[in-house]
Amino acid sequence: MKSVRDQVKDYIADNFLMGLHDAAITDHASFLDLGIIDSTGVIELIAFLEETYGIRVEDAEMVPDNLDSLESIDKYVARKMFPGASSMTA
Amino acid sequence: MLVHDSLSRMATLRPKAEALVFDGEHFSYADIDSRSEGLAKSLVERGVKHGERVVIFMDNSLAAVVAIYGALKAGAVVVPINPLTKADKLAFIMRNAEASVLISDGNLRGAYAFALQAYQPKLTILNEASVADEDLLYLPFAEAWAVAPGPRVAVIDQDLAAIIYTSGSTGEPKGVMLTHLNMISAARSVSEYLELQSHDRILSCLPLAFDYGLYQIIMAFMVGGCVLLERSFAFPAAVVKMIVQERATVFPGVPTMFSILLGREGIFSAYDCSCVRTITNTAASLPPQHIERLQAKFPRARIFSMYGLTECQRVTYLPPEELQVRPTSVGRGMPNEEVYLVDPEGKRLPPGSIGELVVRGSHVMRGYWRRPEETAKRLKPGPHPGEMVLHSGDIFHMDEDGYLYFIGRSDDIIKSRGEKVSPKEVENILYALPAVAEVAVIGVDDDVLGQAVHAFVVLQAEALQTERDIVRFCHEHMESYMVPRAVHIVSSLPKTDTGKIRKSGLSSIARKKSTEKPRALWAV
Repeated sequence: MKSVRDQVKDYIADNFLMGLHDAAITDHASFLDLGIIDSTGVIELIAFLEETYGIRVEDAEMVPDNLDSLESIDKYVARKMFPGASSMTA
Repeated sequence: MLVHDSLSRMATLRPKAEALVFDGEHFSYADIDSRSEGLAKSLVERGVKHGERVVIFMDNSLAAVVAIYGALKAGAVVVPINPLTKADKLAFIMRNAEASVLISDGNLRGAYAFALQAYQPKLTILNEASVADEDLLYLPFAEAWAVAPGPRVAVIDQDLAAIIYTSGSTGEPKGVMLTHLNMISAARSVSEYLELQSHDRILSCLPLAFDYGLYQIIMAFMVGGCVLLERSFAFPAAVVKMIVQERATVFPGVPTMFSILLGREGIFSAYDCSCVRTITNTAASLPPQHIERLQAKFPRARIFSMYGLTECQRVTYLPPEELQVRPTSVGRGMPNEEVYLVDPEGKRLPPGSIGELVVRGSHVMRGYWRRPEETAKRLKPGPHPGEMVLHSGDIFHMDEDGYLYFIGRSDDIIKSRGEKVSPKEVENILYALPAVAEVAVIGVDDDVLGQAVHAFVVLQAEALQTERDIVRFCHEHMESYMVPRAVHIVSSLPKTDTGKIRKSGLSSIARKKSTEKPRALWAV
């Protein structure tokens, strides 16, 4: 089964390609820096995360720390799916 | 007075006053002034002459503000370009403006590296360049501003301060030429009706390449206030947090931003936004239902509905107390300006009529850069001898009290997310795809976007491209707000008797298809 990181990377490559090859979307690359995410993009990304992982993204959680890179999203989704665990690997 | 004079003046009178907050750091007027003086000196000593064009292709940042004021102090003309712009268009603009300088951010290398192959300015300055940029000849931004100031460059207010490129229906962007006088006049009129003061703190996540965003800086410096600069509205919760933490008093936006904010009620639950005293909206009209809800979230804010165009920056504003009475009006003219409607023959019309809006004032542009024919279509002789007035290209109804209501464009420009999209420009780009035989691009009304861009495509025989392939191609070749919301592959397009594509029936087909489609985008 694909990791969260790979699923999100595929989703972004499919829907926000913006002329970049997958290679540019590294684990820590900021989506803002890459110019991938704009305001309506974030809303669509959140819908994808909610539908795929069965989580509810709270409005106050829509911040770069949680959503601006594959690494951040990976950690954020893990926290939301398994709130009790202190650290997770994908 | 010149655009950059306010910065120099504030740096002399109140050097420690806060001018800019960016990325959690606070910068005083002295900070901004000394950096821009240094940059100006670097530009001049590297041969940038009075009136030469400096292209600024950067994200919103301290560096971008320094770049703008540095270029102005060097007597050069600022050409700000949206960081979403792709390589082809960046190259086009640099060549069209005959730019002497390119100033850009390292993370925009994807666009500038390609553009620099097509056109080489005499100087390239890169902010936060990467190892990959070693193949280019450039001056690091941090070196460029860190020099001692040079002698003042003589500039008069008739000199050009900026060229701001805007989309037109012919498909090629046109450069709006703005003198120092144009920009100061506009900034004075707007700050007067908004009643901006030195204690104001303006939170702007609008691109500096958008005149609405650029003027937030110009006006703030003019009144001695502070700009809280954000890169974008991509993370709305972070913007609301910034409003409260930095105690923003002014929040300018476009309807898409307010729509997104209002769509996520929870954003406000932890925050009390009563510090905001002024909200402004332009680029498209705010739906009356949103106005009420916005007022509830910003209880102490006066909300200003406004209308303007790049060619003169701003035209009208609705006094906040009229918002309840005439929520769909964009208001009347602003201080130091005259507006009226004309019929297709150019004859002035009385209140109660519908016609094209015409603008008189010292904020009206000099013209389009090196496009005398295009200029002549918009700047025409006015009622007084020797004076030119601006024909907006927008149709309005004016009521008996002189209040204006936007009816539509007289051309086919689409307004999506507050940005102008030229259908012709999108069509031209799509025709570059060999698989495309014919294409028609239209705007379809959309609750969040204002209008959504839709493309109808007829493929060449044997072509196997899908709607998703076409969207992906669009993402690679145009700014995100221009990319069609939906692509419809069809077997043929309706034509007129003379064989031209007829667009009139297409929007109802688009609307019908969008109600049938599931929520997911690009689902083929």
